[in-house]
This record gives sequence, C-alpha cells and structure tokens, in this order.
Amino acid sequence: MKKLILTAAILGLSAGVAAAQTVRMGTEGAYPPYNFIDDNGEVAGFERELGDKLCEMESLDCTWVTNDWDSIIPNLLSGNYDTIMAGMSITAEREKTIDFTQAYYPPAASSYMAMDPGADLKGGVIAAQTGTIQAAHVAETGATLAEYATLDDTIAAVKNGEADAVFADKDALKPFAGQDNMEFVGDDVQLGKGIGIGLRKSDTELKDKFNDGISKLKADGTLNELLKKYFGDDALTFKN
Amino acid sequence: MFESCSDPSALHGLGWLLCYLTTGKQIMFYGSFGIVLILLAVTAPVALIFGFGGALAARSSAAPLRFLGRGYIAMVRGVPDIIFFLFVPIAMDQGLEYLKSRAVCPDPGPAWTGNEFHVCASAKIPLGTAPQFYHEAYGFALAVVAFSIVYGAFAANVLFGAMQAVPRAQLETAEAYGMTRAQVNRRVLIPQMWAYAIPGLSNLWMILIKATPLLFLLGIEDIVYWARELGATKSSIYAYPHPDWRLYYFLVLLVFYLVMTKLSEIVLARINRRLAFGQATAAGEALRKADA
Repeated sequence: MKKLILTAAILGLSAGVAAAQTVRMGTEGAYPPYNFIDDNGEVAGFERELGDKLCEMESLDCTWVTNDWDSIIPNLLSGNYDTIMAGMSITAEREKTIDFTQAYYPPAASSYMAMDPGADLKGGVIAAQTGTIQAAHVAETGATLAEYATLDDTIAAVKNGEADAVFADKDALKPFAGQDNMEFVGDDVQLGKGIGIGLRKSDTELKDKFNDGISKLKADGTLNELLKKYFGDDALTFKN
Repeated sequence: MFESCSDPSALHGLGWLLCYLTTGKQIMFYGSFGIVLILLAVTAPVALIFGFGGALAARSSAAPLRFLGRGYIAMVRGVPDIIFFLFVPIAMDQGLEYLKSRAVCPDPGPAWTGNEFHVCASAKIPLGTAPQFYHEAYGFALAVVAFSIVYGAFAANVLFGAMQAVPRAQLETAEAYGMTRAQVNRRVLIPQMWAYAIPGLSNLWMILIKATPLLFLLGIEDIVYWARELGATKSSIYAYPHPDWRLYYFLVLLVFYLVMTKLSEIVLARINRRLAFGQATAAGEALRKADA
C-alpha cells in the first residue's frame, strides 16, 4: 500500500502535460484591484484577468501562486514561479536583477492619503509599503519614511496615528477614500515607467511571448477596456 | 454555500455574518487548522525517532557514531530555530534540484548563474507542470523535515539525559545476569528511561505547538496567513466588505492555541502518572503511598 502511494506520488510529480507550456504566475494577492484573493480563495483582479487572457492567446497553461511582496523577486530568481504580475512598476533598480515585459499599465499616479487634510507631507511621518517606488520617493522628499509589509498595514498605520499620511499607488488607495475620514491630500506624483510582467533574465522566450500578447491587446483596444473595467472610466489608458 | 448568499450586498446582520463565515476563503481558513494538526501529528513522532537515534548514537561505544550523535545535538541546539527554518527548506530544495539536474538534464551546466538558481525544466521538484497541490505538499514536506531535525535534536538531548538518569544499579544487575549491551538497553534502560524523559518531552511538545506559526514564515498558507489575509480591511471590491478585523481573527488563534496546550496538559499529566507507576522516582513513590 505504502509503495502504491509512493509510486502514485512519483508518477504524479513527473507526469508532464505534453501540449501547452506550463507557466507559474507569481503574484502578491493583497493589492486590490490589481490582484487580490477573492471570497472563494482564488486570485482575482485586473492582473488575473489580463494574465489569463495573455496565457490563452499564447497557448500557455498558467497557474497562479501567491508570495509575500518582500520575497517576490528572490523567489522568482530561485524558480518557485516564472513571472511576477503584482502591480510591480518597472524601475532601473529592479531591471538590474530581473527583466520586464513592456508595460501593461501606463505610468500611474501615486498619491498621498490622510485623515487630516492639513497633514505635513514634507516633514511628517509617511507610511509606504516596503520595497516600492513610493517608499523610495518618500525617502527622497525629506519626510520620515515608515515602511510596512503590506498596503493594509500602511492604511492601518494612518488610521491609528502612527503615520500622518500614506503614500501609495493612487488606484490602490481609491477604495479607501471616504473610510474613517481618509481622503487624498496634496498633488499626485508620477513615478516609474509603468507596470510590466517581471521575468528571470534567462527566460527570453517567455518574455517575447508576453510582449507579443500585450502588443496585440494594446492594438485591438482590449487592454484599455480592461483598464477601464477595473480602474474606472477615468483610468489611465494606452494611446495608439 | 447557502441559497440566500447569492447576493451578499442585500444581506445584513446575522444573515450576512452567516454567509460571510461560509465563503470559500473562510472554509480555507478552517482547513488550515488541519494543516497545523497534521504538522504536529507528523513532526512529533518523526522528531521522537530522530531524538531516539541521536540519543542512542550519543551513548554509543563506537567513537564515530558518538561524535555524530553529540554533534547533531550540539549543532542544532546552538543555532536559532528561525535561521534553521529559513535555511533548511531552501538548502534542501536547491540541493535536491541540483542533484536531480545532474541526473536528468541532458546538458546540466552550472546551476547557480549570476543571481539565479537555474536547472532545466525536467529537474524541477515538483515539475512546473504539476498541479499546485503538489507544490504545496512539497513545501509542507520540507517544513516538516526542518521541524523534525530541530525538535529531534532537542528530543535527543532530553532522551540522552533520561538514559543517564536511569539508576546505574539497574543496569549493573542486568549485566550481572549476563545480558549483552543491546539486551540491557532494550529490556532495562529504555523501558525505565521514559519516566525520566516525559517531563522534558512534555515541555518540548508544548514548545512545538507554539512553534507551528513558523509555517507562515516558510510561505505555507497556515492559520496565521489566513487570519491576516481575512482580517485585513476589505474595501468595496470584495463581496463582503468589512473594516480591519485582524484583532478578532488573531483572538481566534489565541483561543485555539490555549485550547491545544490545555488539552495537551491534561493528556500529558495522565501519561506521566502511568509511566511513574512502579518507578523508583519521587512520583512513583507518591503513587505507591497513595495506593497503600
């Protein structure tokens, strides 16, 4: 019996699907509406729908896995999954370690959100998620940077008074506007070169496939429709 | 799950809560308690076997075996658990994939190139094409190994001490009857040592229960992961929006662990009593007096 189970397990582990190439899509699952775990426990959101569409177009067999934001790049490099689609902005810093496809989300606005409209954005304590372009920006403005592991933690920090304001991607902050007197303050800031799919530098073939798919979706307007579906009618879109 | 839950936005009060508590995500949270119990059920006996082997090796008369046993106890006990938990799964995963790549890849090449760890697709464990379940089971298995090695070393130390505590006269008497060393071990030493080992092992069991949230650290979707995920503020994009409820979710975990440790205390007290029976220890003496 034991042998039977073992054999079955080994067969299961080594049985490959011959036809479609399998791609493991890594995401954070805690950054709505880009990616989040829905009420059925499945990865959902803009990136899930876009990713599935790309996989279908390029006949890839995709499975979604979640990973903490902190270790999302190291675990891509050690091969736990093959792509990162997690609202990750393309930056020069990240391009040193991984490759990106072309942007599937245009360079987006980042905003401050606070409970007090007069919050000091230049000298106060600003919460941001660790390792994001927003955190890097806060550090440059001269404000005191308070880093948190997830977006939720940054919001919680403002609500309980640990930080004066949170600085994050504007679209990710939108759902929180109006809750507990939270509102946008100050001007929007443009950061990064847009959001792309992160891949290992050695996976050039996969990168070409995704680039090809994104180009097609941009050309026929599907991508812009998707952006409007998830980010509202005034969402940033690609101009053809 | 229920018919009435199809439109969450129309629900309120108890109906809403009932539907909320039966979403697929909540069910996964309930299921993750099973993961903790499985971890305990697998790790405890495996660690005990490791400990038993380690203790016997540390007492062995063959020098290499003795060094191995003592080295194992000293090394694992001297390294912080968390570092070990972070190190072992990564090292094992990459080590196994490296070895497999040497065997199955047509042209292996160096595995560690630049900042990447890269082996050919057929050397991945589990294969990239395998269902997600195998990936999760594999990650869990690596975690069990890490837990077993660490707790095995602690158990080895406890059992080693317990074996030393068995009165020398007992063993000498057995030797006087002409028993071999193996027979002395099997017939006298091991049956008697449990009474001395059980307080230390009980303690270890409690520490093991409390160490299970380390699974979260290894990226396994355990109760801590789901409590944090479910408790976090849910905006209107979710079917069941709610404010920050992490406090309540962690409170549930707190109660869970208290119940687990309390139940363990009751069971361990019984085992302790059973094993003390007829032993030449203070507990055994107390039992003897109570009966008289």
